[in-house]
Amino acid sequence: MSVDDKTVRRVAKLARIKVEEKDVPRLAAELNVILAFVEQLNEVNVDGIAPLTSVVAAEMKKRKDVVTDGHYAKAIVANTQSEDQFFIVPRVVE
Amino acid sequence: MDSEKRIADKQDWIKGATGDWEIIIGLEVHAQVLAKSKLFSGASAEYGGAPNDHVSFVDAAMPGMLPVINEFCVEQAVRTGLGLKAQINEVSVFDRKNYFYPDLPQGYQISQYKQPIVGEGVVSVDLEEGKSISIGVERLHLEQDAGKSLHDQHPAMSYVDLNRSGCALMEIVSRPDMRSADEAKAYVTKLRQIMRYLGTCDGNMEQGSMRADVNVSVRKPGAPFGTRCEIKNVNSIRFMGQAIDYEARRQIGILEDGGKIDQETRLYDAKKGETRSMRSKEEAHDYRYFPDPDLLPLKLDPRRIAEIKASLPELPDEKRARFVASYGLSRYDAAVLVVEQSSAGFFEDVAQGRDGKLSANWVINELFGRLNKEGKSVETSPVSARQLGGLVDLISAGTINGKIAKDVFELLWTEGGEPAQIVETRGLVQVTDMAAIEKAVDEIISVNPDKVEAVKAKPSMLGWFVGQVMKTTGGKANPQTVSDLLKKKLAIT
Repeated sequence: MSVDDKTVRRVAKLARIKVEEKDVPRLAAELNVILAFVEQLNEVNVDGIAPLTSVVAAEMKKRKDVVTDGHYAKAIVANTQSEDQFFIVPRVVE
Repeated sequence: MDSEKRIADKQDWIKGATGDWEIIIGLEVHAQVLAKSKLFSGASAEYGGAPNDHVSFVDAAMPGMLPVINEFCVEQAVRTGLGLKAQINEVSVFDRKNYFYPDLPQGYQISQYKQPIVGEGVVSVDLEEGKSISIGVERLHLEQDAGKSLHDQHPAMSYVDLNRSGCALMEIVSRPDMRSADEAKAYVTKLRQIMRYLGTCDGNMEQGSMRADVNVSVRKPGAPFGTRCEIKNVNSIRFMGQAIDYEARRQIGILEDGGKIDQETRLYDAKKGETRSMRSKEEAHDYRYFPDPDLLPLKLDPRRIAEIKASLPELPDEKRARFVASYGLSRYDAAVLVVEQSSAGFFEDVAQGRDGKLSANWVINELFGRLNKEGKSVETSPVSARQLGGLVDLISAGTINGKIAKDVFELLWTEGGEPAQIVETRGLVQVTDMAAIEKAVDEIISVNPDKVEAVKAKPSMLGWFVGQVMKTTGGKANPQTVSDLLKKKLAIT
C-alpha cells in the first residue's frame, strides 16, 4: 500500500486539516514510511485467529436505562458562541 | 429471496416514451429506540426539553468522555429483531462513521458497520385486495442520532440543539423488494405497527421518531437493476410516496433522453413536491469506518435472547389470524381491529363470550366510526367495552333491534349509563307481541287504500309500509317481522 499526493489531499480534506501544497510530498513520504512499518504485520500468519479486541479478557461495561446526567446546558455551551443555550454556528442549510 | 427477480404488477408500471418502466425501492428506516436515557450516556432521551438540557458531556463530545452502553437499548434492538423474525447476532461490533457536520459534535457517529446486532429478517405486508408480499430485511443495527439544527432563528447563523444527539436509533435496512410507492408506504406502516406492538419505538413521525432514507431506481420490467438515488430523511409516509413517484419520473425522463443516472444523495422538498441534489454530501460518502476503540464487542447471552423471545407480545399478523379463526371475522375486519393493540384489546373485551362478528360490526362501524369523527381514541372513548358488550347482548337476545341499538349507542355516548337500564326506563324493548304488530299493520293497510293499490304494481313500495309501521310502533318492532307480515297481508311475493 502506498500513498500518493492525491490521497494526501483527499485525506486532509476529509479530516478538515489544512495542508499547504508544498507540504504534500513530504507528508506522502512520511505516511508511506508509517504504513510500511505497519505492513510488517502482514508477515504474520493469522489464519483462523479472531481479532484481539482487548489485552485482558474483559466484558463490555453496560448501564441501566436510568437518567443520571444532563441538565447543565450552561456548562455545555460555556466554551463557545451561544444564544438561549443553543450553539451558534455559521449558517448551514441545504 | 432474490430481490432482482421480483417484477412489479403491471398496474404499477409507469408508461414512458420508450415503453413501460418499473420502480425499485429499498428503504433505510431510522427508528428511535423507546428508552429513558441515551445509547451511550445517562442524559434524558425524552423528546423536546429546553435547548441542550438533555445533554451530558459525553453527548457534547467533551475531551476524555467515554461511552457506556445502555443495556435496555440493546434489548430493545434484540426485541425488534425478533419481531422481524430476524437472526440475532450474539457478537456485534460498534464502528465510527466519520463525517463533519455542526450537529455531530464527535466528528463521527457510533454505528455498526460490518457486524450489526441483527441480521436478515422478513416483514409480511398486506396490500389492497387481500394481496400480501414479503419484504426482506437485510439488517438492523444500533447507532447514535445526531443533534438538530435550526436555520430560521438568524439570517446568517444556524442554531444547534444537541438534545437528540446520542439518542439510540435502530436503522432497519430493507432489501430492494418494493415496486411501488404504495408498497413502500405499506411496508413502513407495518414496521411502525410491529414496533408499537413491541414497545420498542413509538413511531411518532411528527416528532422524528421514525424517518426513512429512500433508495429509488427504475428499470425496464425484469431488466437488471439500474443506478439508484438516495432520498434522505423523509419524515412522513405521505411525503415518501410523493418523493418516490417524483424521483421515478425524473429518472425515467433522464434515461429516455439518452442520459444516465448519477448515484447521488437527494433531498425531498415537500413544498415544491420535488427532489433535488444534495451536493454538499458528495464528499462525505467516504466515511472511513473503523471499530470504535472505546467500545468492546457487544456480546449477547443466548439465554437472555431466549427470554426476550418468550416475552414477545402477540404480533399483528398472529393476532389477525387468531381473530379470523376464533371469531369468524373477515381478514379485512380483523386487520382493522389489530391496527393498534389497544383497539384489538377493546374488541376482545367486547367479544368475550359474545357473537364475534356482531361485536366486530359494532366496534368497527359504530364505535371506531364515531371515535374517528370526533378525533378520539379507544383510550379516551366515552363508551367502554363493558357498555358496548351490554348493548351487543341486548341485540343478540332480540330485546332491541338494530335501529333502536343505534339510539341506545347515542345515549351511551352522550349521557353514559347501563344499556339494559336505558332500554328498560325508556321503554325501548322490541315489540315481540305479534298481535300488537299485526294490529299496527292492519291499521296502516286500512287507512291507505291508494298505497295498497300502488304497491301491488310496484313491490318496492313495501319499504314505505314498513316505515309507517315502524313509526307507529316507535321503532320498536322488528323490521323483518313487519316486512314478512306485510308481504303476507298484501299478497306480495
